[in-house]
Amino acid sequence: MKKPRLVVVGNGMAGCRTLEELLKLAPDRYDITVFGAEPHPNYNRILLSSVLAGETLFDETILNDPNWYETHGIRLHLGKRVVEIDRIAQRVVAEDGTSAEYDRLLLATGSSPAILPVPGNDLPGVICWRDIADTEAMIEASRNYRHAVVIGGGLLGLEAANGLALRGMTVTVVHIGAWLLERQLDRYAGELLQKSLEAKGLRFMLQTETRALHPGPDGRVHSVEFADGSRVEADLVVMAVGIRPNIELAQRAGLYCRRGIVVNDTLQTYDPKIYAVGECVEHRGVTYGLVAPLFEQAKVCANHLAEFGIARYTGSVTSTKLKVTGIDLFSAGNFMGSPQSDFITFTDPSAGVYKKLVIEGDHLVGAVLYGDTVDGAWYFQLIKDRQKITEIRHQLMFGPHHLGNTGHSGENRAAAMPDDAEVCGCNGVTKGAIVAAIKAHGLFTLEDVRKHTKASSSCGSCTGLVEQILANVLGSVYQPSNTREKPICDCTELTHAEVRQAIREQKLLSIPQVMETLGWRTPDGCATCRPALNYYLISTWPHEAQDDPQSRFINERAHANIQKDGTFSVVPRMWGGLTNPTELRAIADVAEKFRVPTIKLTGGQRIDLLGVKKSDLPKIWAELGKAGLVSGHAYGKSLRTVKTCVGAEHCRFGTQKSMGLGIRLEKALFGMWSPHKVKLAVSGCPRNCAESGIKDVGIIGVDSGFEIYIGGNGGIKTEVAQFLCKVNSEEEVIEYVGAFLQLYREEGFYLERTCHYLARVGLDYVKAQIVDNPEKRQALYERLLYSLQGVEDPWQKAVATQDREYAIMEMTE
Amino acid sequence: MNLWKKVCPLEQIPRLGAMRIETPKGAIALFRTRDDQLFAVTDRCPHKGGPLSQGIVAGHEVTCPLHGWRIDLTTGEAVSPDKGCVTRYPTKVEEEWVWIAL
Repeated sequence: MKKPRLVVVGNGMAGCRTLEELLKLAPDRYDITVFGAEPHPNYNRILLSSVLAGETLFDETILNDPNWYETHGIRLHLGKRVVEIDRIAQRVVAEDGTSAEYDRLLLATGSSPAILPVPGNDLPGVICWRDIADTEAMIEASRNYRHAVVIGGGLLGLEAANGLALRGMTVTVVHIGAWLLERQLDRYAGELLQKSLEAKGLRFMLQTETRALHPGPDGRVHSVEFADGSRVEADLVVMAVGIRPNIELAQRAGLYCRRGIVVNDTLQTYDPKIYAVGECVEHRGVTYGLVAPLFEQAKVCANHLAEFGIARYTGSVTSTKLKVTGIDLFSAGNFMGSPQSDFITFTDPSAGVYKKLVIEGDHLVGAVLYGDTVDGAWYFQLIKDRQKITEIRHQLMFGPHHLGNTGHSGENRAAAMPDDAEVCGCNGVTKGAIVAAIKAHGLFTLEDVRKHTKASSSCGSCTGLVEQILANVLGSVYQPSNTREKPICDCTELTHAEVRQAIREQKLLSIPQVMETLGWRTPDGCATCRPALNYYLISTWPHEAQDDPQSRFINERAHANIQKDGTFSVVPRMWGGLTNPTELRAIADVAEKFRVPTIKLTGGQRIDLLGVKKSDLPKIWAELGKAGLVSGHAYGKSLRTVKTCVGAEHCRFGTQKSMGLGIRLEKALFGMWSPHKVKLAVSGCPRNCAESGIKDVGIIGVDSGFEIYIGGNGGIKTEVAQFLCKVNSEEEVIEYVGAFLQLYREEGFYLERTCHYLARVGLDYVKAQIVDNPEKRQALYERLLYSLQGVEDPWQKAVATQDREYAIMEMTE
Repeated sequence: MNLWKKVCPLEQIPRLGAMRIETPKGAIALFRTRDDQLFAVTDRCPHKGGPLSQGIVAGHEVTCPLHGWRIDLTTGEAVSPDKGCVTRYPTKVEEEWVWIAL
């Protein structure tokens, strides 16, 4: 059968991105032809300012070289401008007569720079900056001439001015507005920016209207005249006064256009066979001039071209970042606010820092940051997600503190870091390596950087820094990753939340069933999605779903903790951190018998036997089992330890019996699988010797009862647990804690710790389920009890069944 | 000179699972994929020596349990951006028994 034909008009970033997305979804669906008016393959237009500034070579901006088109069987017509769409014959025709018939047509014709309607706007030496040819003309001019005037103090104008100044020209920026970047910054930040740019040698004329451009004796532009009659010398004039969507082709073909080609939420024009994306379209009355929204459009459009039909584009919230080295500014959303808005501002003039947050009701709606943009990505996400900020309002200005202090010497400003500074302490990746990868491979997202450099792919404490580096290199194109909308992995389009919901609502019971029903792209999934799916299945359908050992990480498959040399560590459970002579003797005996090289006390009050050969594990467990010792689950995404202080049993300050309660809790929760590991602590008085404040669940005994804290974490970034409620009895503690953990088990995403879960859903939400709603609490607790019914000790089970997991073949000559 | 050695019955290795074999040439990881193909490679990740036999198998790839490097079992090469490779050994199945050539 012949494949349907897809013709793409426009070989720019929007058109190609749509193709890339389409090829990911349906690589063989179409016979594809691409027309590009420029003679170059697809390049990264946003790096042109970096080419102008001399920081990047043009070749480094190529996104898809001719090989890419060839590999994917795409017919590429370069340097051919399409001049006609024959909608009846379903055919496009280029200037030189080349034509192509289509079943689906994608218009991605982009935009052109607006030209001021003043006399002399067509003189030699007057440039509208749009493509690589304009950039080369500007570089050429900087070699031969001295005086440049840039008309327009927007993003493009300032990047042009900066680049030309770096190339040695005297640059004056003429701007009609009252301050720079008035569409991106408020007045205060605009003035700070102007000061910084003046310090770099740029000159500014604000509230100045251009009246005419005058030629010199050689016919080239020589001066610029303003409305007040004054003149400035100029042998290069760059116009950067805005862009105009290229709609002439569509208009001639009779497609409905207003400012841009009008499209619906599926990026379809008024002709159902014709789609349009990018700067040429108008969606819900809005046209976009930044690349980020185009990428979102590309993704949706590809979904419909692939006939998946499940995506909608509902518009973009945009953010701004100026690509001028050494200047940190960020703005997003409705940063000017309205009469109903509240403003939280912070200024530190001598440090050059200014921050403004715009709040309406329960939501952050806009932000301007100048001088310190480290939290920009976080604010942007809060704005986009419309997350309630009431609870964190008092500390909103101080950021999420998600940037850990480990591995990168507490450095938190990427712009100030030298190229050889280490950003990712786990994988040893420097700032220079990240910048080089972004430029060389055309990376746009945090995930891209992780894939190409490994930076921030291990512990993640440098994520904020990597995001800043991306933002510095890409400018306004950079879109912070949106965890809520992020697919689990490359095997699917679906998010964790969507997969959880499908498993629950469609009662899916095995991994193959999930993959089949939800259209997984890979037959076996991958090491990221399979463990997540396995957890979602067994936690949603206990006693019904199949547990798949091959989809578990080795530690959970072997019930021990893998070490760097491939040996394992064994941690027997000591309920509440208590032990006795029999247990200690058994541990000492196996350690001697199996020559365990290292014995160490863990942070959770247990004994760790390190350096055990895998084949010895069942033998050791068999002996430990005789003394009553069971698995400590020290290896799993499951209940780890309940740490306790001595408590009222012995301590002269103790108010509650923490050891006894710790043992009860640990026994109640034994064998509980969870999205991530879960650690508890019980302290017998507010002195809190068991460190309840940094545990997933921490109990603090007080004279009148027990305080329950949740969502603490002592890891990469120390997170203090939040107060949930106070209860009177041990029974209540167990019910409330069990209900909270069940809520987390049912709603948490795989590898999301309780502190991250809590940050996502909010403490108020958890309180409403657990504290304010006794029926819900009891139901949750009962579901936990049901899933824990009949839990076996995995060690004794492995011993009894002589599990083949531990078998090793030996082969001799 | 490759010598064929009998390893174990095929059913002893689960699908998407592995078997570690100690040999005079060092440890070898023997993988069985969903489509019942068998791949044998040195049981040492080119990154930091992790035991690949303990990793998660998907398609014709294994993910190292230590730091998540992915190794393409058909070529023995690490998947980009990582660089490195492991030695491969020929395998075959005869009458439901697995053989490996050392």
